Amino acid sequence: MYIALGIAVVVILIVVVLYNSLIAKKNEVTNVFGTIDALLKKRYELLPKLIATVKVYMEHEKSLLEEVTRMRAQAVSGTLSDDQQVELDNKLSKMLGGIMVAVENYPDLKANQNFLQLQRTMNEVEEQISAARRAYNAVVTTYNNAVEMFPTNMVAATMGYKLKKVFEISEDQRRDIDAEKLFKS
Amino acid sequence: MKTLDDLRQFYNTTLICDLEGLERQRRKIVQKVTYVIVGAVCVAVIGFFFAMQSFQAAAPAIIISLVLCLIIGGVLYKILIRSYVAEFKSVVIERIVHFIDVNLAYSPKSCIPKSTFVLSKIFATKPNRYKGDDFVSGKVGATRIQFSELHAEYESGSGKNRHRHTVFRGLFFIGDFNKHFTGQTVVLPDTAEKLFGRLGRKLQSLNISRDQLINLEDPEFERHFVVYGSDQVEARYILSTSLMARIMDFRKKTGRKIHLSFIGSMVFVAASYTRSLFEPRLFRTLLDFEPIRQYFEDLQLAIGIVDDLNLNTRIWSKE
Repeated sequence: MYIALGIAVVVILIVVVLYNSLIAKKNEVTNVFGTIDALLKKRYELLPKLIATVKVYMEHEKSLLEEVTRMRAQAVSGTLSDDQQVELDNKLSKMLGGIMVAVENYPDLKANQNFLQLQRTMNEVEEQISAARRAYNAVVTTYNNAVEMFPTNMVAATMGYKLKKVFEISEDQRRDIDAEKLFKS
Repeated sequence: MKTLDDLRQFYNTTLICDLEGLERQRRKIVQKVTYVIVGAVCVAVIGFFFAMQSFQAAAPAIIISLVLCLIIGGVLYKILIRSYVAEFKSVVIERIVHFIDVNLAYSPKSCIPKSTFVLSKIFATKPNRYKGDDFVSGKVGATRIQFSELHAEYESGSGKNRHRHTVFRGLFFIGDFNKHFTGQTVVLPDTAEKLFGRLGRKLQSLNISRDQLINLEDPEFERHFVVYGSDQVEARYILSTSLMARIMDFRKKTGRKIHLSFIGSMVFVAASYTRSLFEPRLFRTLLDFEPIRQYFEDLQLAIGIVDDLNLNTRIWSKE
């Protein structure tokens, strides 16, 4: 009788520990995803300043700048799903990369102190976003391992936990940014 | 960055003239030190006979005479070499520091303060014996740096059970990091994971004296280092993939145990050594390129951290 009670207590304790560890891992994923969100917002706030500074100089890339403004408006509207948001962010990153490459053709802009400061801040935010994505992938991997590996997989199945996707670079982004092509499109 | 060939040229054209004068001084001191040794041995022998008469036993007489010999010999030796060491540091070490970078200042008797050493959070044990010398400071490009030799120890127990444990011995470097950050990230040599694999990693995550364990995606880096940090995202912001590669190259290049920490927008680097750094070798000639090369390489290891970790790249908002 006591042995059975003892075994039951141990089993309950193990389940509680596994349950709590899964919750902690899931919360960690949500937390880091929140950080990515905050950093992306920081980037959106910088965009109008960047465009205001560069549009005076970049006469040939007006349509590109308008496109970036439109995308930003779409991103901050809050009407997009998570997947759409990620896709839009990827496109925006590509366009911003293109703008930074095109700057090479405008020596006056390259010497503009305002622009240089903005460029530094943009670099910083981009690197922070990339760090947050790496952190997200790390916590998602830990979470996914827990969801798939024994014995946590049994608890995860009863809790309805599913595998989460890690951030992946699209085929498009794998290719180097070709600024000229970007501006012509 | 200066190369060994540059150093050889500097040695042959400039340094050698000053070294000849210093070498004459060294020979005189070696002669005096020989007299001191002979004198101390004589004192020991006389002391032994006097002690034998008083105690009528050999053991206490030997101990007393040896202690007498060591005290007298040690004090005289220190007095004799003091001026030579000071001269050596200003002629050799200071000149090599200025040869590497003329903007750097050298102070032979100063060192990185204990409070800064503790603040770096690299070593969990707080030392209660702390000394150091050969302090170098200044700006290399856009990066402000300082470093010195340090020997930090922890003394435990009392009386006959007193033991000294080395917390750190070697070169301790502080540099202005090129990115802003607010938290703290510590990078330590990985011993647990190397020995116990996955179990080692589990043990590391339970280390209560450290912040949370940061698992980085580079398996090669993870094999050699363990990272603890107050913020998962910030640790990755600091340890970009390129910085991880640079830290691994630096470890390979130096062949030493490397510890790093990133706190208050500064980078702290501790490179362990088992020998004393930047000290003259009294019983070896100064007119030899080999020891000069070693002083240069030890200094270059610290000053070169700026290039090795790419600290002069200022493309982020920190200028």
